[in-house]
Amino acid sequence: MLMTVPTQIAYSQQQRFPKPEFHTEYQIPETERPDARAPFMEYLDLFLLLAVLSITTWLVLKKRSRKWILWVSVFSLLYFGFYRNGCICSVGSLQNLSLSLFSEGYSISFTVLAFFVVPLLFALAVGRVFCASACPLGVIQDLVIVKPIQLSPWLQKSLGLFPFIYLGLAVLYAATGTDFIICRFDPFVGIFRMGAEFHMIVLGISFLLIGMFVARPYCRFVCPYGALLKICSLNSKYHLSITPKDCINCKLCKDSCPFDAIDFPTDEKENRASRKDFWKFVTYAALIPVLMFVGGWAVSGSYKLLSSAHPDVFLANLLVSQPELMQNSENLDIETFMSSGKTLEILVEEAKIIQGKFRFGGWFLGAFIGLVIALHLLNQVIFRKRTIYEANRGDCFSCGRCMDYCPVGKPEHPFFNENPEMVVKS
Amino acid sequence: MSKLQSRRQFISGCARYSLGLTIAGVIGFSLTNASSQQWLWQIDPFKCTNCGRCATHCVLNPSAVKCVHAYALCGYCDLCGGYLKPGHIARNTAAENQLCPTAAIERKFIEEPYYEYHINEELCIGCAKCVEGCSSFGNGSLHLQIRQDICVNCNECAIARVCPSDAIKRVPADEPYLIKGGFELGQTL
Repeated sequence: MLMTVPTQIAYSQQQRFPKPEFHTEYQIPETERPDARAPFMEYLDLFLLLAVLSITTWLVLKKRSRKWILWVSVFSLLYFGFYRNGCICSVGSLQNLSLSLFSEGYSISFTVLAFFVVPLLFALAVGRVFCASACPLGVIQDLVIVKPIQLSPWLQKSLGLFPFIYLGLAVLYAATGTDFIICRFDPFVGIFRMGAEFHMIVLGISFLLIGMFVARPYCRFVCPYGALLKICSLNSKYHLSITPKDCINCKLCKDSCPFDAIDFPTDEKENRASRKDFWKFVTYAALIPVLMFVGGWAVSGSYKLLSSAHPDVFLANLLVSQPELMQNSENLDIETFMSSGKTLEILVEEAKIIQGKFRFGGWFLGAFIGLVIALHLLNQVIFRKRTIYEANRGDCFSCGRCMDYCPVGKPEHPFFNENPEMVVKS
Repeated sequence: MSKLQSRRQFISGCARYSLGLTIAGVIGFSLTNASSQQWLWQIDPFKCTNCGRCATHCVLNPSAVKCVHAYALCGYCDLCGGYLKPGHIARNTAAENQLCPTAAIERKFIEEPYYEYHINEELCIGCAKCVEGCSSFGNGSLHLQIRQDICVNCNECAIARVCPSDAIKRVPADEPYLIKGGFELGQTL
């Protein structure tokens, strides 16, 4: 192998033996080319996605039935998850879009672009119905919930920052053509494919085990697409409402959400604004540009570390720091490079270009992360008065569990037997 | 109270329209570089170095990569560099003489002195040993290809990640194969 590799490329193009001349009626056979899945089937997938999202929207807003949402989600798990092997998914499609926008050589296909855009548009209209019943990753976590625990608010807020960081990193790595990190660290695609590398199996089983007690851990603390959905859903026109009419503050839905996505009415004591709050707001608002600049500077400055994940940069770094490896190495990548005819100078030049991209893109990534952190901090000091129980528009997955707890609109509900004065005439 | 609510709704509405416009802008911008074709993965046989990673790194087991035979390029030799292993005892179909670890190549006598070699894809694991033999002592008619009916078309091909010569690339779905063709040098059909 070592001896034939140096002139491998030349050999693969050399014909040493002449074309045979057959005297019998032998026909030279055609090399078979088995077809892939018909391309129009991608449109079928898209149509099914639209159907699932539309039906779920109706189930959440009009029919208000958790049971039916659950059945639709099982369909999505079976079709998009196990039948289509969970690929291409909306979560990963943001990488395709990033690659298509920022590098040459790849143009995104319409269906993949639609897979990216359609759930976001639905989120802008009616909230995170995609998470409720279309995303197979979300559904599989939803189905393993056994005994959800409540996490402390500060922990949820801090871990809630990670999806934005992951989003930024995924976009940067895809834009530079380095890697699709969302695919690399997807815990569930190995389960859908019924086959994966060791690290993926470990990730998958860990997330499912954790998911039995911390509901939907990937959705809440990791999913980069969820960060985008959160931004859209926060400003949605319509949204899942726990109560069909007005909230009567019966508190029955208080512990109904496994994801801690219900906002409670605010304490009377906190309902007064003060001078101090105004200056707190100004301070934190002024922090926004500061954190953005610091973030951009810090991430761009780490371009050497970030870019080393790119195979060409890694190889260049390795050969520059240990030039003796070029002479004798068991490493297949080094061997192939040595026999390719490319000089180390050219490789280093290519690596420098890639590092330049990371340096430039790092400013945007860092500024984005800085902005996200600053806005999270600012959100802590903004006071919003609430008098009723409602779903937090950013965090609510529209799964519908809380709707079953609400007695409003159900005159026979036991709550009204005990509190007849609370009956609300529909 | 109602004034407070409507102010919040106003800001939310502004944000919603801005987001909608941003998404529309992103769609519009990406449509300049979008296409209706789907992409599949395929190995460029002229870049492939027969490293053997196709057999080990595919997410599927056995790999979606199989050896294919470009019959138009084959010399139909009795002494086949891809079928017989170096140091073989005789030129026959005995297992001890075969290079292929799974005996996936079938040798059939056609006429003097020609033999046809056919790959049984159910046995082939894509290890590239025969490709190596055929390339170094033959016409290079045996080469690896990703079989599109088996391949699940991952968003990022796990083999493409580790290919030492970057031989795996995206190809349009209406022309998903890069089969070597004819006796013209460096051509694929």
